[in-house]
Amino acid sequence: MIRQLLFLALILLLSGPAATRTLHVGPGQSYSSIRRALDAAGTGDRIIVHAGTYQECPVVIDRSITLSGYGLPILDAQGEREGVIIEADSVTVEGFEIRHTGYSYIEDRAGIRVKRNKAFTIRNNRLILTFFGIYLEHARSGVVENNAILGKPLGEANSGNGIHLWYCSEVDIRNNLIRGHRDGIYFEFATDSRIRNNISEDNLRYGLHFMFSNDDIYTGNTFRENGAGVAVMFSRRIRMLHNLFHLNWGQAAYGLLLKEIYDAEIRENTFQKNTIGIFTEGSNRIHYEDNDFLQNGWAVKVAGGCDQNTFIRNNFIGNSFDFAAIGNMSSNRIEQNFWGDYTGYDLDKDGTGDVPYRPVKLFNYIVDQTPETIILMRSLLVEILNFSEKVSPVLTPADVSDALPRMHRYGR
Amino acid sequence: MIQLHQLSKSFGRLEVLRGIDLAFDQPGITAVLGPNGSGKSTLLKSILGMVIPDAGQILFHGKPIDPLGSYRKDISYLPQIARFPENLRVAELIRMIESFRPQESSSAALIRDFGLGPVLQSQLGHLSGGTRQKVNLVLTLMYDTPVIILDEPTAGLDPVALVRLKDRIIQAREAGKILLVTTHIMSLVEELADRVVFLLEGRIYFDGKPGELKQRVAEPTLEKAIANLLSGGHLSPIQLPESAGRVTRKMNGHVVHPQYNP
Amino acid sequence: MLRIIRYSFADLIRSRWLYFYTGFYLVLTGALFLISADLSKVMVSLMNAILFIVPLVALLFGVMVQYYTREFTELLLAQPLPRRSIFLGQYLGIATALAMSFLLGAGIPFILSGIFLSGEIWNFSILLLSGVLLSYIFSALGYLLALMHDNRIRGFGLAIVIWLILAVIYDGLFLLGLAWFSDYPLERVAIGVTLFNPIDLARILILLKLDISALMGYTGAVFNRFLGTSTGMGLALVVLATWAIVPVTLIRTISLKKDF
Repeated sequence: MIRQLLFLALILLLSGPAATRTLHVGPGQSYSSIRRALDAAGTGDRIIVHAGTYQECPVVIDRSITLSGYGLPILDAQGEREGVIIEADSVTVEGFEIRHTGYSYIEDRAGIRVKRNKAFTIRNNRLILTFFGIYLEHARSGVVENNAILGKPLGEANSGNGIHLWYCSEVDIRNNLIRGHRDGIYFEFATDSRIRNNISEDNLRYGLHFMFSNDDIYTGNTFRENGAGVAVMFSRRIRMLHNLFHLNWGQAAYGLLLKEIYDAEIRENTFQKNTIGIFTEGSNRIHYEDNDFLQNGWAVKVAGGCDQNTFIRNNFIGNSFDFAAIGNMSSNRIEQNFWGDYTGYDLDKDGTGDVPYRPVKLFNYIVDQTPETIILMRSLLVEILNFSEKVSPVLTPADVSDALPRMHRYGR
Repeated sequence: MIQLHQLSKSFGRLEVLRGIDLAFDQPGITAVLGPNGSGKSTLLKSILGMVIPDAGQILFHGKPIDPLGSYRKDISYLPQIARFPENLRVAELIRMIESFRPQESSSAALIRDFGLGPVLQSQLGHLSGGTRQKVNLVLTLMYDTPVIILDEPTAGLDPVALVRLKDRIIQAREAGKILLVTTHIMSLVEELADRVVFLLEGRIYFDGKPGELKQRVAEPTLEKAIANLLSGGHLSPIQLPESAGRVTRKMNGHVVHPQYNP
Repeated sequence: MLRIIRYSFADLIRSRWLYFYTGFYLVLTGALFLISADLSKVMVSLMNAILFIVPLVALLFGVMVQYYTREFTELLLAQPLPRRSIFLGQYLGIATALAMSFLLGAGIPFILSGIFLSGEIWNFSILLLSGVLLSYIFSALGYLLALMHDNRIRGFGLAIVIWLILAVIYDGLFLLGLAWFSDYPLERVAIGVTLFNPIDLARILILLKLDISALMGYTGAVFNRFLGTSTGMGLALVVLATWAIVPVTLIRTISLKKDF
């Protein structure tokens, strides 16, 4: 009996996929509107939407189906609605161009919204001028990949985020291009998620923004020309690997901004031509290793309340200022870095300089006091001042010092 | 050819030329004499436009001299000190000066005359003072100009070169040119000069034939005549200044250090 | 005038001083490359050398050449040439010889290093351009000083004083001023003060390439407009050119009045 039942179950299971249908939507197809097809579809069905413009937003998906665009059909939200709303588990949305949700001050309108469910897949879509691009709330175990989310930033107040997570977990965000939003990717209470190989650029505020989010990892991403590349705030155990932070220029522009975070790992990233490579404040037990800081205004700026951080084996090359620190740095470890400006010697030929390197220059201090003096940078006078301070330090902190400076840059 | 009217020039408080009237119209050699600081060089340089007078007028061919200097193509000038860009070669220098002038140059003959052939490819910095003076002379004499101005032409020359130079000067006179020469060598003046202009304190004290000068102060040689002139005050300036007396006194003050050591 | 430039140039490029100068840059730049394989570090060190040495050498050279060619100048003055071509020609000969000497000395090691294949080519060009402009500006100032002062000790002395002022003292007073009045908005003043010192200007020109990331961090609108756009670079170039033109004009005016 039990055997028979099991057999029956197996048959049901195997025949399940065979029982799903494919529904075609479009001019000359069986369904003229997506909504009709959705009403007709059952769990596991696939709806194929053919090329054309569809003005039936919001498209609300309340059952587990796959909604595929064929020939990049356009969902036009006509400036006053959301594009697609997913209200069921195991939904896939792919191959659409979703347009023009319009801006709103009362609701966070999104191109694609996922509400309280799991196992979603959103891929290969183009989102053009959506207020928020992809908005995930209380969602988990989903994938967002290969989407292009292109906005046109007007100002922080009336721009949304490219990919927005709110109380989510285990989400994979990969290979997306996000441009022209407030934050490229925004995490709030989002945990155990992975952000891989995305490009986030030209966003008003941050390329990637974490708030109260723990145990996430982002790797291989490029953050370019944002207000700041990445901001990590009030979060724990974030791992940041192999990312490129590039050309985040301007007043208060950072490659990476860390504020009150703990136990993070920052490894093998490249910070190039940012006004400030990394700005960190109130952050503890952060491990910075094998990063390249190239041609930044300030490579690393440490504001108050940072303890037990480790800066090890990084390259500091061609930065205007390598290091700036406010407050007590004595619990932090800085060693074995390569400093382009190091002028010491290595008599015992062990690859490590015999005199410690102090990366904070007197001119750092002067510029902090009177910002206009930056116009005197690299003048003979400043070189003389820096040199005399180096000979007999008075104003620069003694506890910012690399006792084991490397003689040669690390090859990566 | 050349007329100076009321030419005056001061360097700071020092009055170097005080209302000079002079004309050089006749061919021949005029020796411009006077102690150091008497204004000889300044006078000659004014004619060349190298010194710009405070007052007065200089006419060349009847026209005021042109600040752009094109009239200088009719003047050859030998400066007092022969120093050239050290790293140029002699031949290059001669070619350069030639390139500034439209006329035909006879540098080849002069180079032969002064025996400069062997040093043509030498850099000027490596030459001795006498050789440089020879180069200087070549640069001056290589043009056929109606006016030739020589400022201390004999300085540093060896006897052979001196003879060649005299020959050239005499040839030039015979060719009907106007020559203005300053020199400290009185024998040379006696030998060559048709006319002597004696300057002191920026004024002309004598302008006439060398014989007249000797006659006037009753001395047998020009040398003595000049010495006499400097110490005695036999003469007063040709132009009558309002303060002739003061000038004479000052003049006497200078006599203590006669600069003439012939 | 071209003939005078040519001969003055021909004279100077055979001078051992100039060989020494070229050699100095060759050795310096070459050594920088040997010590450090890092291009941007070479660039920064070379920049310091340029801002420090080019003005001093150009000033002294301008003074020296004017003095040591006095008699030759007199020879030229006796030729049927207008004065302005003589003096401007001589000046341009000096300045061009110096600029060439610098370009060769600093440039050859860079070319050998293969910079033309790298993205640093623009930074490097700006560096060379600054050196060339400074050569023209400071040799004009030196030449002018020597024309104005027949006393050679005074001429050389003034040259060194001017260099000290523009290279260090000016910036020192500038820094003190900024610190002293730091409660006031000083952006405009700071930019204005910079414009009056050619060394500072050349430095800014290089900064705009090397340190633009840091400069963008400054929170003032005027600074940002000046430093963050091509306006700054354009303005700096124009003012630098003015810095060359003014002494040259003075050379012309003074040479027309001067007695020899």
